[in-house]
Amino acid sequence: MAARLMPGNRYFAWLRSGISMLLGHRDRGSTKTKSMTAKSESEGNAPSAVVELKAAAFTLPVIRLLDTDMDTVAEQLGAKVDQAPEFFRNAPVVVDLSALPAGADEVQFPLLVGLLRGHGMIPVGVRGGNASQNRAAEVMELAIMSETATRNPRQVTTKPASKPAAPAQTAERLPETTKPVTGGSFKLITHPIRSGQRVYTREGDLSVVGPISSGAELMADGNIHIYGPLRGRAMAGMNGDTQARIFCQSLEAELVSVAGRYRVSENIPTTLRGVPVQIFLDQEVLRIEKL
Amino acid sequence: MARIIVITSGKGGVGKTTTSAALAMGLAQRGSRTAVVDFDVGLRNLDLIMGCERRVVYDFINVINGEASLNQALIRDRRCDDLFVLPASQTRDKEALTKEGVGKVLDDLSQTFDYVVCDSPAGIEHGATMAMYYADDAVVVTNPEVSSVRDSDRMLGILASKSRRAETGNEPIREYLLLTRYSPERVANGEMLGLEDVQEILSLDLLGVIPESMSVLNASNAGIPVILDSESDAGQAYGDMVARYLGEELPHRFLEVRKKGLFSRFFKE
Ligand SMILES: Nc1ncnc2c1ncn2[C@@H]1O[C@H](COP(=O)(O)OP(=O)(O)O)[C@@H](O)[C@H]1O
Ligand SMILES: [Mg+2]
Repeated sequence: MAARLMPGNRYFAWLRSGISMLLGHRDRGSTKTKSMTAKSESEGNAPSAVVELKAAAFTLPVIRLLDTDMDTVAEQLGAKVDQAPEFFRNAPVVVDLSALPAGADEVQFPLLVGLLRGHGMIPVGVRGGNASQNRAAEVMELAIMSETATRNPRQVTTKPASKPAAPAQTAERLPETTKPVTGGSFKLITHPIRSGQRVYTREGDLSVVGPISSGAELMADGNIHIYGPLRGRAMAGMNGDTQARIFCQSLEAELVSVAGRYRVSENIPTTLRGVPVQIFLDQEVLRIEKL
Repeated sequence: MARIIVITSGKGGVGKTTTSAALAMGLAQRGSRTAVVDFDVGLRNLDLIMGCERRVVYDFINVINGEASLNQALIRDRRCDDLFVLPASQTRDKEALTKEGVGKVLDDLSQTFDYVVCDSPAGIEHGATMAMYYADDAVVVTNPEVSSVRDSDRMLGILASKSRRAETGNEPIREYLLLTRYSPERVANGEMLGLEDVQEILSLDLLGVIPESMSVLNASNAGIPVILDSESDAGQAYGDMVARYLGEELPHRFLEVRKKGLFSRFFKE
């Protein structure tokens, strides 16, 4: 078993929905504490209270990862979802990493998030991860949900659980991550994307004029256009959009994925390597087609 | 204002120090006031390759700590009046290279020099990030091997994000590729990547190709930057590199397998 679903786990975290409305962030927290109201006086000369901070408890399904092999995870999760697709539609879920063996490979969060979204779920956070897993999760905008929040609710009021417990000191894991682009409808990059670099365009398309090196990662909620060779990874439809496509001038990729359905280099036929292609979903199946 | 050039690589032992010495000497020989700074704290060997190891009194970290002035620590080259070496400390902790301290020293050097060449340690450790932080130009030294090319690609990604120019939103660092220890024989029999392969992967301005050559070892044993050995292939290739850096367009040399000699040539066809 690579993944185990644990519906019914109670999960508590700092409620951010009120603040989120103001800042335009997606609501993703939950909590249980004595309620607390934030008055608008603190905002300066705002007319009257338009936000209230409240605490509330939610029960969220938890997906426990027992293995980092995404092939197996995809397979088993797919089977689970097929049993009760409605249950998962738009369901916020938390990924539990505590059961992963110590020496396990890195969790492929972009793939995992794509996979969950592809099944209609809304991954909101992780718990039980180590420092490097948490950093990788944060890149994918997952909240780090602290375990202590459940045991000591009072702490929650002073420390948002969505922040990692300790700031990354060595920050060497994903240092050169390109900041996610928010709000825009597309992003254009006109230089090569190097090994170790990541680019994520939220809510839009990503176009790159230049080569994508092996070890580089492109992600977009929309389409990905590459005017150059794709030697790294490209993941389109990150928010589960099955209409998203990937276009590139020369397919030499390590991995391609649309809405969580992916293929690794090994499974790309040699006839499609080194030629211009488009990659899209056709009845849930990832297709690669010569242009 | 000096132009600050960092000589960097992902992997160690690819020829950064050899290149730093050659570039600094080449620029100075053409009449530019040039300082070459060793950032490889604890593994200093720029002074050896420059042949000034027996004249080191103060080092880079002494200057940062205010224990010596820049003028006290800079060693003037005996062969070329426009060339100065700022040696690294062999004994200190590399954490002593603080961002402010390095910035101050490079600023001071910039007042009086035309070029400051920074010989970086390999990889992305502290000393390397300090060497690249203030750079205007970067020479990424790469050997024609898959792992070295891959590491260089990664270095280029880091250069693009972890520099003063990146942080202040200025024009990005100018990046150049220098392919060193190139052996046409080994390329021909498939043991090494060819020039085209490397350029294809890195897509970067090629500053030069330095052949694998005995003259490099001989020169460094003698404490003479190999660029001064104008008879040698590596010396000439480094000469071309300096000219290209200054904007000249020259064809790349030493890319073909050399004929064995008169004898084998006679019997070949
Ligand atoms: N073109 C070359 N041909 C032969 N040997 C070389 C060449 N370039 C460098 N070397 C040798 O490789 C070793 C590492 O060179 P060095 O310049 O110290 O590299 P780095 O500073 O990157 O560690 C030295 O022994 C040097 O003599
Ligand atoms: Mg060196």
